[in-house]
Amino acid sequence: MKTMGIRLAVVLGLILAAQALAAQEQRVPSAWTPATPSAQGQPRGYVEYQKFCSQCHGQGVGKPGTLALADKYKGEKPALLEKRTDLTPEIVKIFVRNGISVMPFFRKTEISDADLDAIAAYLTRNNKKP
Amino acid sequence: MRIPPGVSSKDFSSALQEFEAAVGKPWVFTSDEDLDLYRDSYSPVWNEDEEPIPSAAVAPDGVEQVQAIVRTANKYKIPLWTISTGKNLGYGGSAPRLRGSVVLDLKRMNRVLEINEKNHYALLEPGVSYFDLYQYIHERQLNVWIDPPDPGWGSPVGNSLERGGGYTPMHDHFDAVCGLEVVLPSGEVMRTGMGALPGAKTWQQYKYGFGPHVTPIFSQSSLGIVTKMGIWLLPPPEAYLSGTVMVWKHHDLIPLVEIFAELQDSGIIRGTTSFASPFWLGPPNPELDSLRASGSVKPLEDYAERKKIPYWSLPLPFYGPAKVVAAQWEYAKEKFSSIPGVTFQDGPSHRFPLGAEELAKIPDTVPLGIPSLHIFSLLPPGSQGHIGFSPILPMSGEALLEAMTVFDRVHSELGAGRAALVVLTSFPRALVIIDLFPVERNVERNRKTREIYRRLIKEAAAHGWGEYRTHTTFMGDISNTYSFNNHVLRRFHETIKDAVDPNGILSPGKCGIWPKHLREEKA
Ligand SMILES: Cc1cc2nc3c(=O)[nH]c(=O)nc-3n(C[C@H](O)[C@H](O)[C@H](O)COP(=O)(O)OP(=O)(O)OC[C@H]3O[C@@H](n4cnc5c(N)ncnc54)[C@H](O)[C@@H]3O)c2cc1C
Repeated sequence: MKTMGIRLAVVLGLILAAQALAAQEQRVPSAWTPATPSAQGQPRGYVEYQKFCSQCHGQGVGKPGTLALADKYKGEKPALLEKRTDLTPEIVKIFVRNGISVMPFFRKTEISDADLDAIAAYLTRNNKKP
Repeated sequence: MRIPPGVSSKDFSSALQEFEAAVGKPWVFTSDEDLDLYRDSYSPVWNEDEEPIPSAAVAPDGVEQVQAIVRTANKYKIPLWTISTGKNLGYGGSAPRLRGSVVLDLKRMNRVLEINEKNHYALLEPGVSYFDLYQYIHERQLNVWIDPPDPGWGSPVGNSLERGGGYTPMHDHFDAVCGLEVVLPSGEVMRTGMGALPGAKTWQQYKYGFGPHVTPIFSQSSLGIVTKMGIWLLPPPEAYLSGTVMVWKHHDLIPLVEIFAELQDSGIIRGTTSFASPFWLGPPNPELDSLRASGSVKPLEDYAERKKIPYWSLPLPFYGPAKVVAAQWEYAKEKFSSIPGVTFQDGPSHRFPLGAEELAKIPDTVPLGIPSLHIFSLLPPGSQGHIGFSPILPMSGEALLEAMTVFDRVHSELGAGRAALVVLTSFPRALVIIDLFPVERNVERNRKTREIYRRLIKEAAAHGWGEYRTHTTFMGDISNTYSFNNHVLRRFHETIKDAVDPNGILSPGKCGIWPKHLREEKA
């Protein structure tokens, strides 16, 4: 649904926000560009994250999850999930299996429990050890 | 344990055991926790009695496993509801029409079986998403483009069978389908088109085969389970160019649509676009709403002139050789110049393949054949999702003006502000309007939304406009409007359904077609 009506009024604002965000964060291409960082030698969580999460929560313009979190945290926390250090594996799993706002929940045929464990481990890799 | 309607718990247990034997225990889901993942996240009946929660889900990984499941379902009369990627959000998600159905989840069947770069087609399994397909093509640097719909997480198979649409010259997705493999309700495997010829060399090149053409009866249908689908792809164009046509008076919409139709039907404009007006089609705006309340268009036209906001605008996408698209834009401008006061603005243009740096700056890559989820950033913050009311209108400015007035009236009569419509050119010779309704986790508000939605169905039908597709909740309502000659079309569908699927096991209620044993109860 290319909502031109919505686009004219709302989207321009969002695009500006997206550009501001992109300028703030160091820009790397999304997972679906020719310069996709090689998955070789990367942990499974990284690979699964690129496959299922990065289209929404990745870096760069046009990523609704990153935009929504930027709007929510207003710089208090990184908008990019991969840069967070305060997520717990439990909270990652709750969001994936319960959804939030327009993000639907994911079935086990899409993200298996084992994939989800790996994604949760990846997103908590930089947490300070207690 | 949740149980399908009309099935004993003993039979259901036996069926589940047979499903497990067919696909392996981990791929039969029966716990509430797992089945909740098959609810429709954008449901307009969330937590109400009629919410269609499934009784189980089973996920095969091959045609033989699908056949085994179908045989078991026949034995115990278990209703199955097929999904490919199950991302049919706005139209039912991965949930069935009939509460207690078993979801047949084909997500694991996700192989790209063939890509042909010379004749530009693919042969796919149902679980291949647009993201998967793009990735596959991209990694191998194959010389083809795909046409994604806005959200890239759905599948060519699920989307095309629903007759969805995208933005590039291959935007009419079912029109691009060439050859199906279908597991019939009997459990037999059938191939349509040239695929009926053993060893056929042209299954994905020629659609019709020989004799009556049956591929289309498997779209929006409950007659079979598609396990392979051919789809035509596009040779990558050399360039993309866009430009916007802007007109300043209310009635300019009429020549605007007429000239567009001629350019589209002549093959000069091949991508999807949308007619826009901040005065009529945008989100609510108190200032404009009060101007509109005067009932005259003059104050709106004055406002447009004062603020230098075009009353109507139409972005045009061109795909092809760089010299050709430039000439096409020039030609289009010449044609639209017959509208007094028209203005033009050049939009983005690209040469392919795109460099990584250029690509990283484009927020919406979908019209360039690259799947994304960008569309979700256009939805209002905090939104829980939406359902779409999607009638097909004649490709004319008069029809569009009439529809806007009718939909606005229904919205305001029922206390829902005014309609914010999206007008797309996804299908040739017609317009599709999308009227988006927010869904909420609030029973009362969802009831209100359903009331407005049902009024719109009736009003649209009274004007001769029918929907191209709908949410499972409204399939019966819409089927009721396609009633020419005492519902002969539905009776014809039911005759086929009864002959092909006598036990009524496949997708009961899909598009208002119920198997014999449920027909009276659900009418
Ligand atoms: C924000 C937003 C934007 C959207 N934009 C678009 C858009 O631009 N274009 C568009 O077309 N849609 C759009 N949609 C609607 C929808 O999300 C897509 O159409 C999506 O691709 C459908 O889901 P899917 O591909 O996963 O199909 P599925 O959910 O897998 O299937 C859809 C239906 O097709 C039937 N079916 C599926 N597989 C089979 C099979 N193998 N055999 C028999 N029957 C089968 C079933 O009835 C099933 O319910 C949008 C939705 C949202 C929320």
